[in-house]
Amino acid sequence: MEGIFWWVIVPYLTLAIMIIGSIYRFTHNQLSWVAPSTEFFEKKWLRIGSPLFHYGLLFAFVGHVMGVLIPLEFYHMFGISDHMYHAFAIYGGGVAGLMVVVGAVILLIRKMTIDRVRVHATFADFYSVISLLIVAGIGVYITLIYNTTVVEYEYRTTIGPWFRSLFTFQPQYQLMTGVPFLFQLHIIAAFGLFASIPFTRLVHFYSVPIVYPFRAPQQYRSRSAFKRKGI
Amino acid sequence: MRVKAQVAMVMHLDKCIGCHTCSVTCKSTWTNRPGTEYMWFNNVETRPGPGYPKQWEDQDRYKGGWEYKNGKLRLKAGGPMSKLKNIFYNPNMETLDDYYEPWTYEYEHLIKSPKSEHLPVARPKSQITGKYIDKPEWGSNWDDDLAGGSEIVPMDPNVQKLQEHIAMEYEKTFMMYLPRICEHCLNPSCVASCPSGALYKRDEDGVVLVDQEECRGWRFCMNGCPYNKVYYNWNTHKAEKCNFCYPRTEAGLPTICSETCVGRIRYIGVVLYDADKVKAAASVEDPQDLYEAQLDCFLDPFDPEVIEEAAKAGINNEWIKSAQESPVYKMAMKWKIALPLHPEYRTLPMVWYVPPLSPIMNHVTNEEELKTDGYIPTVDQMRIPIEYLASLLTAGDTDVIRKVLLKLTAMRVHMRSVSVGGIDELQESKLLTEADIDVETIEEMARLLGVAKYDERFVIPTGRREMDDDLHYKQGACSIDDLAPPEGMVTYPFERRKGS
Repeated sequence: MEGIFWWVIVPYLTLAIMIIGSIYRFTHNQLSWVAPSTEFFEKKWLRIGSPLFHYGLLFAFVGHVMGVLIPLEFYHMFGISDHMYHAFAIYGGGVAGLMVVVGAVILLIRKMTIDRVRVHATFADFYSVISLLIVAGIGVYITLIYNTTVVEYEYRTTIGPWFRSLFTFQPQYQLMTGVPFLFQLHIIAAFGLFASIPFTRLVHFYSVPIVYPFRAPQQYRSRSAFKRKGI
Repeated sequence: MRVKAQVAMVMHLDKCIGCHTCSVTCKSTWTNRPGTEYMWFNNVETRPGPGYPKQWEDQDRYKGGWEYKNGKLRLKAGGPMSKLKNIFYNPNMETLDDYYEPWTYEYEHLIKSPKSEHLPVARPKSQITGKYIDKPEWGSNWDDDLAGGSEIVPMDPNVQKLQEHIAMEYEKTFMMYLPRICEHCLNPSCVASCPSGALYKRDEDGVVLVDQEECRGWRFCMNGCPYNKVYYNWNTHKAEKCNFCYPRTEAGLPTICSETCVGRIRYIGVVLYDADKVKAAASVEDPQDLYEAQLDCFLDPFDPEVIEEAAKAGINNEWIKSAQESPVYKMAMKWKIALPLHPEYRTLPMVWYVPPLSPIMNHVTNEEELKTDGYIPTVDQMRIPIEYLASLLTAGDTDVIRKVLLKLTAMRVHMRSVSVGGIDELQESKLLTEADIDVETIEEMARLLGVAKYDERFVIPTGRREMDDDLHYKQGACSIDDLAPPEGMVTYPFERRKGS
């Protein structure tokens, strides 16, 4: 029963909150849909903290795709041994995770100590930075310390298949019951973070302007519809 | 030919008295909300001076506008790929300190102060943090009327480019005012800089606007605009800019800055241009050719072919008639006395300036007996160096400035002889040929510049509504409803926290 709660109900509930909440905010509150930058107030610390944090997140995302979404068989098919994979995961993942943590710490201190930034920070702002820091912190601990001192845990046979099974709506929660506690904590904290996305500044990640390089530089827009009606 | 209409402005700097009425009425109309205190969609700068924001013309730092490199026109701050790379930190973006920290005064204290030995004072208080500012150190017009003198004037990027030393002694120095609004460029670099596609140029009247719903606050427009006329609202985290008072111009009224201009320096009118020519015009190699290239984009509103093409593009007769009577067309394109501000930014700006005449450095003796030709050299002896005006208005081409000043001088000489006499016949002098102007034009110019009747200054056709889908629904609605927070709402974070 406990397995069902943590590994079926919690993931689906949090993802539902994330998806429905995001759609609601996107359709009903476009005016709040922004990347609420404070570079305008302070850019010395942001210059270090923000790229570290954001690029770290991007790398970490790629790492999670590699570790959780891509099945173990895929690696074996290409002859990538488990040892090779884990060595890469520890170094690559460690660097990415450290970038996120260091960046987030710099941004958090900046948010707390610089007057102009602090005054405009809301509870939600602190909430998202701190919870990201917790999730990333556990992740870095797992990657760099747990993996190298306790056991090199093969999450590609448990967490990976379970996570993919969420998307086929056949959740194999049994796979998760034997997973080490720190991994479980990392996952639950991450789902908690996902649920908070629609209520915080994190929504800006949906709006990465990937189409920008493909559009015409100059944009004309008509106020009225005379072109469409051919008047 | 792809005809588009543009509502444009000319400012006649000779008449600007630097009263800031335009800035104040603009501010109370558009930027009196939390998050916008530091924004001046319209500001008046004293030149020489660093301007607002500080040194906005220093494009080595802000990397605004376009550059022409290896046969290609590209954004100076870098194209889309480099923008995506810098999206987490924009190295060229200005910060609040490049403008100034806006403040108010604690007026309440004057009324509520308990009895005390000394008179209560209203201390300055930051509108960003809510804290007292003991010593405000900069403001949007800190350097008004050359305040700060030799300490502040050298910050002017145009002065730094000048070969000659600028004298700061009171008897020798010079000063002029430069009112600035968004240029509503034909080739706007803010639009091209926007990763979200929220900025756009309106098809009907060429006004450059920010879609408040689509803006995601990436802020590349701020320094992408070489005139630094796109601002970041720290409260909504979205970009805001001068919108040419479109709710007024759509109703046929001049912008609020123009309406309230005490010196009547502003002129608004429609010009027709060929959108197909814009890119080529912005891509001429020599920056000093940009002015002529821009002039080539404009179409003669009396040409039957242009009228026919305009009609095909959906421009109705009222707009074509307005283009024919447009004061902007007369001053900028026909008489060529109005010039674009910093054409070298390659944005093809659409707010044009008639450069100011200024007192002659050497006193003209026996002016009563002076032959008309005697006025020709005076143009080169004016207090405001031609090089300085050229640095502002013609990418350094002094010949263009000289010719405009000669035209204005010819107008002055002729109108002086008409009203007080004592000057020989203008027709016989070289002034007319050097200025490339005739008496008839001079008199027409004098009427528009000097008499400046309201309905000759502002020839603005109303926005077209007849094609709107749901006109009936929009009746009585406010087109900018969503922009402004509800009346009286307190949105300062520091005030919210106090629970007031």
